[in-house]
Amino acid sequence: MSAFTSISAGIEMRGLRKVYPAPKPRRGRGAAAGLAGPPRMPPGAAMAPTGGTLTAAGIVALDGLDLSVGEGEFFGLLGPNGAGKTTTIGILTTRVLPSGGQASIGGADVVADAVAVRRRIGVVPQRPNPDRGLDVLENLTFHAAYFGFPRAASRARALGILERLGLADRALARIDALSGGQLQRLMIARALVHEPRVIFLDEPTVGLDPQARLALWDILRGLHAEGRTIVMTTHYMEEAEKLCARVAIVDRGKLLACDAPEALKKQAPGGTLVELTLDGEAAPAREAARAVAGVLDVVSDGAVLRVYHPQGGEAVARLIGVVQGAGRQVTNIRLVPPNLETLFLSLTGRKLD
Amino acid sequence: MAPARETPTLGAGRVFWALLARDVVVVRRELVYFLMRTAMQPLMFAIVFGYLLPKMGFVRPGYTSALLPGVLAVSLALAAVQSVALPMVTDFGFSREIEDRLLAPIPSSLVALEKVVSGMLQALIAALFVLPVARLIMGPIAGLSLAHVGTIVLVTVFGAVAFSMMGLYLGCVVAAQQIGLLFGIVVAPMIMFGCAYYPWRGLDAAPVVKYVVLANPLTYISEGLRGVLVPAMPHMPLRAVLAALTVITLVFWRLGLRAFMKRAVG
Repeated sequence: MSAFTSISAGIEMRGLRKVYPAPKPRRGRGAAAGLAGPPRMPPGAAMAPTGGTLTAAGIVALDGLDLSVGEGEFFGLLGPNGAGKTTTIGILTTRVLPSGGQASIGGADVVADAVAVRRRIGVVPQRPNPDRGLDVLENLTFHAAYFGFPRAASRARALGILERLGLADRALARIDALSGGQLQRLMIARALVHEPRVIFLDEPTVGLDPQARLALWDILRGLHAEGRTIVMTTHYMEEAEKLCARVAIVDRGKLLACDAPEALKKQAPGGTLVELTLDGEAAPAREAARAVAGVLDVVSDGAVLRVYHPQGGEAVARLIGVVQGAGRQVTNIRLVPPNLETLFLSLTGRKLD
Repeated sequence: MAPARETPTLGAGRVFWALLARDVVVVRRELVYFLMRTAMQPLMFAIVFGYLLPKMGFVRPGYTSALLPGVLAVSLALAAVQSVALPMVTDFGFSREIEDRLLAPIPSSLVALEKVVSGMLQALIAALFVLPVARLIMGPIAGLSLAHVGTIVLVTVFGAVAFSMMGLYLGCVVAAQQIGLLFGIVVAPMIMFGCAYYPWRGLDAAPVVKYVVLANPLTYISEGLRGVLVPAMPHMPLRAVLAALTVITLVFWRLGLRAFMKRAVG
């Protein structure tokens, strides 16, 4: 099925670690400000980490990540902001140096053989970073030229890609004239123009309207059908479920689970999640809820009470009664069938977004 | 779309050439703004000190012989520093525009070197533009000679490279918010105390200043151009000028490359 027959385009990560320098506490506010505040953007980090765990050594963005992505696979990295997804992509695309461990693409080490790695990959960044000195078409032809394709020869292919991504009429437009969705598609076009076999996309659908998101999904499916290896980060469950053959769930720099979405869903705690939002602290209602017939598990999280029950709906009336018995009122109810979201909640204790 | 294939194996030279071609396209598009930015300041000096003041009799007409090489040196230095540092500040700033070039399959140090070469070429363009215009403004200049074309080109290229290296360093260490400060506290004093508007030997009258200006890279390019363009005027020996410019180039390449790599790779 793969169109690539030469070198493998598989990705290997072994014990990958990344520790960013700890932020310097602001003068006059004490160390607490440094702990509470967002981590300092590392100098020149291709993509800044948005989270991570602050330790004495610094901010641990990746804590011993082991992963393999097969050639031609559509692979998803799923996790909340600060899980380490962007740092992982940064290391794999040679833009961030790992603090420890190893990573390779098609056998080429991302540190020792960065140039060979760059030749194999296309990168769609989280925030579009087009070359604003050039127009849309030039962004593509020059990018191809950086990879050794003569500009004249790549012009036709660049126009073809723009056509396919619905940007043909914008070929000669200035970058400033593009909309957010068009910019995102230009970034995808740029990642394709030098015909890489591995494509990395970092949160490609953030900020897109639903229609543009669906269009992008179709584009990505098409790229995958051509035999390319695709690695995508997302914090949208639905996106990971619909597109990826395998999904790795990461949080706080660690791998929590990795499997096909269907297999992962089976790992989710049994039953439907009944999520009740109360008008106050949910803890007092927890034990009473646990006593309701059929309830598998109960977790309280602030004003939210999460109850797992085989049927869900049947338990709602009784759960409301239990909550009222504990002196609380229910302000909202949500029923979630077993899916990646419920698995994620059970693995990390927190929601994705 | 054609099925994907392995990118052709290519030498770093070809990639370097493509990076340079990109800068040529961008510079050509903004040539007028580029010349206004880099030539305006030295040419205004040429008008005031090389045309108005001599006409009023406040300075002796022979002063233009000392001034013309200095005006040329300032435009060369300004063009080189600005051509490298200004885009670098935005490239590494919020927009991270340089990202697509850092993903090119060559060592990142070559991306930095390309910026320096591009800055050098832009400095030469600025010098080529300013020389005839300044000469037109100032009128005939006593002792001006273009006979030593070889050494004129040599000094100009050495100067352009040294200041492009300086631009690399400044562009990598200065944050976007402080770019105004860079020109206020680095570039402006450099221009005034770089022997551009007076010959170094003239500073015999002010011995402390004479030795302080030796720390200013502009001094060497001003004196070097004075020596090759107006050989009759007392000037620093060419050998000392080239040696100093070589040291400046090496120091700023080392500092600049380190700063560049620190910002390029997280």
